[in-house]
Amino acid sequence: MYPAQFDYRRAGSVDEALGLLQEHEDAKLMAGGHSLIPMMKLRLAQPPVVIDIGRLDELKGIAEAGGSVRVGSLTTHADIAASDVLAAHCPVLAEAAGHIGDAQVRNRGTIGGNIAHADPGSDIPPVLVLLGASVHLQSPSGTRSVAAGDFFQDLLMTDVGEDEILTHVDVPALGAGTGSAYLKFEHPASGYAVVGAAASVTVQNGRCTAAGLVVGGVGAVPTAVDVSSLVGTDLSDDAIAAAASGLDAEDPIGDIFASGDYRVHVGKVYGKRALAAARDRA
Amino acid sequence: MTVSIQLEVNGKPVQATVEPRRLLVHFLREDLGLTGANIGCETSLCGACTVLVDGDAVKSCTMLAAQADGASVTTIEGLARNGDLHPLQEGFWEKHGLQCGYCTPGMILSANYLLAQNPSPSDEEIREGLKGNICRCTGYHNIVEAVKYAAERMS
Ligand SMILES: Cc1cc2nc3c(=O)[nH]c(=O)nc-3n(C[C@H](O)[C@H](O)[C@H](O)COP(=O)(O)OP(=O)(O)OC[C@H]3O[C@@H](n4cnc5c(N)ncnc54)[C@H](O)[C@@H]3O)c2cc1C
Ligand code: FES
Ligand code: FES
Repeated sequence: MYPAQFDYRRAGSVDEALGLLQEHEDAKLMAGGHSLIPMMKLRLAQPPVVIDIGRLDELKGIAEAGGSVRVGSLTTHADIAASDVLAAHCPVLAEAAGHIGDAQVRNRGTIGGNIAHADPGSDIPPVLVLLGASVHLQSPSGTRSVAAGDFFQDLLMTDVGEDEILTHVDVPALGAGTGSAYLKFEHPASGYAVVGAAASVTVQNGRCTAAGLVVGGVGAVPTAVDVSSLVGTDLSDDAIAAAASGLDAEDPIGDIFASGDYRVHVGKVYGKRALAAARDRA
Repeated sequence: MTVSIQLEVNGKPVQATVEPRRLLVHFLREDLGLTGANIGCETSLCGACTVLVDGDAVKSCTMLAAQADGASVTTIEGLARNGDLHPLQEGFWEKHGLQCGYCTPGMILSANYLLAQNPSPSDEEIREGLKGNICRCTGYHNIVEAVKYAAERMS
């Protein structure tokens, strides 16, 4: 099984890649190729031109500065999972990346490709929304950033424009007293998340001062759950279960493996467990 | 359109001209005659096609040969040294880590990557490390034993 014919261009810089995008209509960027190549093999995608950006070192790497962590779009899931900087400042992102697929997929797949592809079963989107990350994009006319919560627009649809490259994400560091967790109910064959829950809670003097929960795999885009009822409580199991049961998706996605109703149910269960795990780590 | 590529395969320099859509696994098997990397699912799930690219375990059915330009690729054919089996190959033999053998080259290269990252993995870590490799015969138990055998020999 192989893709339809296409022309291959390798970009040596972000500017060159942007130029190639301008030059070739319907061209596709390729980072790790771990969503694009499977789609091309199934002929679900048949781009006339593929622009390989996989070697742009300027888009790789993880660095902390001024209270947030910048992760280059071409950073692999394996590097994110193994990052000491993320373990110290945003452990939940490293945790989620470590749950992606398998070792081989993590060696090739990148964070930029993951969120640009925006599969509802992806592990990274709910974490970025939970953390309030910003996604940075570059086009010939300049750079801009968009909040992760606005970046994901619909199934496989994001705010990346046709002439834009995603350069990096900025993830605010979690403060002291904050615990976080990502829990995933995995599809047994593909390894993708059927449902994934990302949670964080901040505890001061035994009381919760802030809490967040975002669930992937239930709606077309990550679903934020209002868990503000936890603020001021001692985060008892009952309070957590009540808060997580607020998960509501107007039009849940469903497929042959898991119906919409089932996904909502599993989302509540995993949301509860993720909040409890975050509490225990706070 | 064709792309010229230069890479190293099992320590030897290789130069070739390929169609952009040539997958690395077809390039290895059909152009270079290295049929150790097997094609199982063709959909990135089974791991039979796993090879090392610059030391990283990669599914060669999900990578273009053009993407491997400049890289160093290792296939199962490149593991034995002067006729001596690699400790992982020996382990799969000694511990009966294979039956039909279809998954074995991929298993061994994934295990090789795992041991490079973590020289003395627990049973659990071995199973997690080999999650991307499916075996329809053995039930995995003896594969875990084979990897432990190799880990001891290599330490
Ligand atoms: C067997 C298998 C199992 C998987 N399991 C999981 C899983 O459990 N959880 C999970 O989250 N994911 C999973 N994935 C997906 C994996 O994480 C992919 O690597 C990822 O979704 C895409 O990243 P990539 O770098 O390979 O992108 P590519 O495939 O190269 O690109 C994907 C899309 O993003 C666009 N793109 C890429 N980079 C940029 C950029 N910098 N700017 C703008 N557009 C860009 C491309 O044009 C393309 O449309 C799995 C994949 C496979 C093959
Ligand atoms: S043939 Fe490559 S993963 Fe199955
Ligand atoms: S030995 Fe037959 S598939 Fe593994």
